[in-house]
Amino acid sequence: MNEPQQAKRVLIKGGTLLDPKRRSAEQVDIVIENGRIATIGRIEEASFSGDVVDARGHVVCPGLLDLHVHLREPGQEDKETIATGCQAAMAGGFTAVCSMPNTDPPADNRSVIEFIRERAAGRLVTVYPIAAITKGRQGEEISEMADLVEAGAVAFSDDGSSVKNTAVLRRALEYSSMFDVPVIEHCEDPYLDEGGVMNEGFVATELGLPGMPRIAEEIIVQRDLSVLGYVGGRLHIAHVSTRGSVELIRRAKEKGLAVTAEVTPHHLALTDEEMRRFDSNFKMNPPLRTAEDVQALIEGLRDGTIDAIASDHAPHCVHEKDELELEYAPFGVIGLETTLGVVLRVLVQEHSFPLAEVLDKLSYQPARIIRKEETLTIREGAQANLTVFAPEERWRVDANRFFSKGRNTPFRDWELPGRVRAVFNNGLWWRREA
Amino acid sequence: MSLSSRHLLGLQGVPREDIQLILDTAQTFKEVLQRPIPKVPTLRGKTVVNLFFEPSTRTRISFELAEKRLSADTVNFTASSSSVLKGETLRDTARNIEAMKVDIVVIRHSAAGAPHFLSRHVRANVINAGDGRHEHPTQALLDMMTLREKFGTLEGLRVAIVGDIANSRVARSNLYGLRTMGAEVALCGPRTLIPAEAELWGVPIFYDVDQAIAWADVLNVLRIQRERQARGYFPSLREYHMRWGITRKRLEKAGKPIVIMHPGPINRGIELDSDLADSEFSVILDQVTNGVAVRMAVLYLLSGETSVD
Repeated sequence: MNEPQQAKRVLIKGGTLLDPKRRSAEQVDIVIENGRIATIGRIEEASFSGDVVDARGHVVCPGLLDLHVHLREPGQEDKETIATGCQAAMAGGFTAVCSMPNTDPPADNRSVIEFIRERAAGRLVTVYPIAAITKGRQGEEISEMADLVEAGAVAFSDDGSSVKNTAVLRRALEYSSMFDVPVIEHCEDPYLDEGGVMNEGFVATELGLPGMPRIAEEIIVQRDLSVLGYVGGRLHIAHVSTRGSVELIRRAKEKGLAVTAEVTPHHLALTDEEMRRFDSNFKMNPPLRTAEDVQALIEGLRDGTIDAIASDHAPHCVHEKDELELEYAPFGVIGLETTLGVVLRVLVQEHSFPLAEVLDKLSYQPARIIRKEETLTIREGAQANLTVFAPEERWRVDANRFFSKGRNTPFRDWELPGRVRAVFNNGLWWRREA
Repeated sequence: MSLSSRHLLGLQGVPREDIQLILDTAQTFKEVLQRPIPKVPTLRGKTVVNLFFEPSTRTRISFELAEKRLSADTVNFTASSSSVLKGETLRDTARNIEAMKVDIVVIRHSAAGAPHFLSRHVRANVINAGDGRHEHPTQALLDMMTLREKFGTLEGLRVAIVGDIANSRVARSNLYGLRTMGAEVALCGPRTLIPAEAELWGVPIFYDVDQAIAWADVLNVLRIQRERQARGYFPSLREYHMRWGITRKRLEKAGKPIVIMHPGPINRGIELDSDLADSEFSVILDQVTNGVAVRMAVLYLLSGETSVD
């Protein structure tokens, strides 16, 4: 791939600036000088010396932020590295990602957070590390949260599993509340889901595949909300997948609880019917649910119950995912390079969401959860943190052309709208060749 | 006459004409098996590999015998566990099969969908000899053949499948195949072993085995895996036997003719009383005989050969 360049003097010509914060769309030219927005207005191309991005018909929006990404480094560099994960993010229009701490060793202490930040330094994509809630992600003792926040952790999560012990979760919410960082819970009762491969229901019954019941998620969502209501703090529910979870979160928000939630593109676009192919690229945790759940997730996004869209990008090697029996393959699919296209197709095209609203769920809303909204400001003098994409341009998903090391996409051969043409961040810019 | 698919991966969605053709062809082969020299040259020059990733004696022997009766060259590959544990992927296995120019692959695997995976990656015809908890189509076909012999038709026949429905590939294949052929199916077992939303199959579900017996013409009694008890699906083998075990007393109380099937191997005294297995109610040994004929039919029909002899 072509590498990002210094953004010395770049003109974004004729694009439609769509800032979800302002809910306004205007056709403007933007000049970026030394990584900062120098001018927003009308610039004659003839009088401009520097690189020009012809953005006519393109959308210019704040750089997208993904709250839920597995970069796999340190420890599983054969699946992904911080370098390749950041390239995939960039190609997908994301200028910032939150890295999940289930690395090897896990990000449960300052040195791992520092390692990640060091590896991510100087890149176009900003990596915000999430630290483990508990030491070794064992669910027993809370990690050194104060030190981790000081080292740069933006949130805590034991993603991959829930904090089993409710007393530990309580302490984590209490302790982390002193630093105003969220606890991100992967909600799953491990006993109910033990041995499960896919959503429990008629499709699983017909296929003879062990099920993962929706209540396994909802019981933990309910438990966590009860704890949150009792002790306070901030709770973020990762990858909500069931109608019951949406209803629980909606009610909690009505009561004023400090809870936020995210949904993945695959849970919005696919159902458990896909499992009939016995293709491990549709195996993820939480599993694909039913059409009724998908409908509830979309309604949850529409009414604000679900705040953000996050990819849960989870790369695996081909030999340990695609080439294995469905029952033995690990959970997880990649998503950084398909998220924008999938949500444009599902939400904007099929469910008539306003484009600005979808971009809000991919930028300001996730940024608000980790208190990074200011990094998205679009005004003269601010750092250029921008994504430029062609909303109408259609492209076919070719797993062999991903920048990610992962090939495990459930959207193989899908035709998607919305091609990212350029991204700007951290004094750098990148444009897609051809 | 030929089948509508190149593979036999399961019975779900298989058209009635295909099942009919397999059963009719099996009947022809059953006659072959009664000849002084029970062997035909039908598959001479064809190579069949039996890939058994899960321990199985009777299914493997039955396939092997069917292949030999058809004069095919056969190779057995037996691995006690999935290839994943050896560090080799199922895809690697497929690559090897391709390289060895095999004509037909018979696969038994502990994971559902393994035969489907294989069928996408090899040119050979794939026969599912049991995949996880999913399907075991040749078992259901031999069950149907046995019932057709016994009753003359499957139309309107009432078959109750009794036992661990949730984890049984035999149950699923029988359910799909029998209903396609016009039989009625009911499921019976403890609630914990009836899978989620099974009612959407639209068949009667009995928790009381006496009700199932009263309803049925045939009981297909499943083997109860001892590890299910260890994992808490029911309290004890004793209680299982008391509530769902098929006993002579239960059958006599029903006061009507009833046929007992079992896919084997039998846990004598748990799901089925020992003397019943060998009684006038049982067609269990007919099932075994028919197994060879049905597998010959499937091998022959998938091979593309056009002459039985």
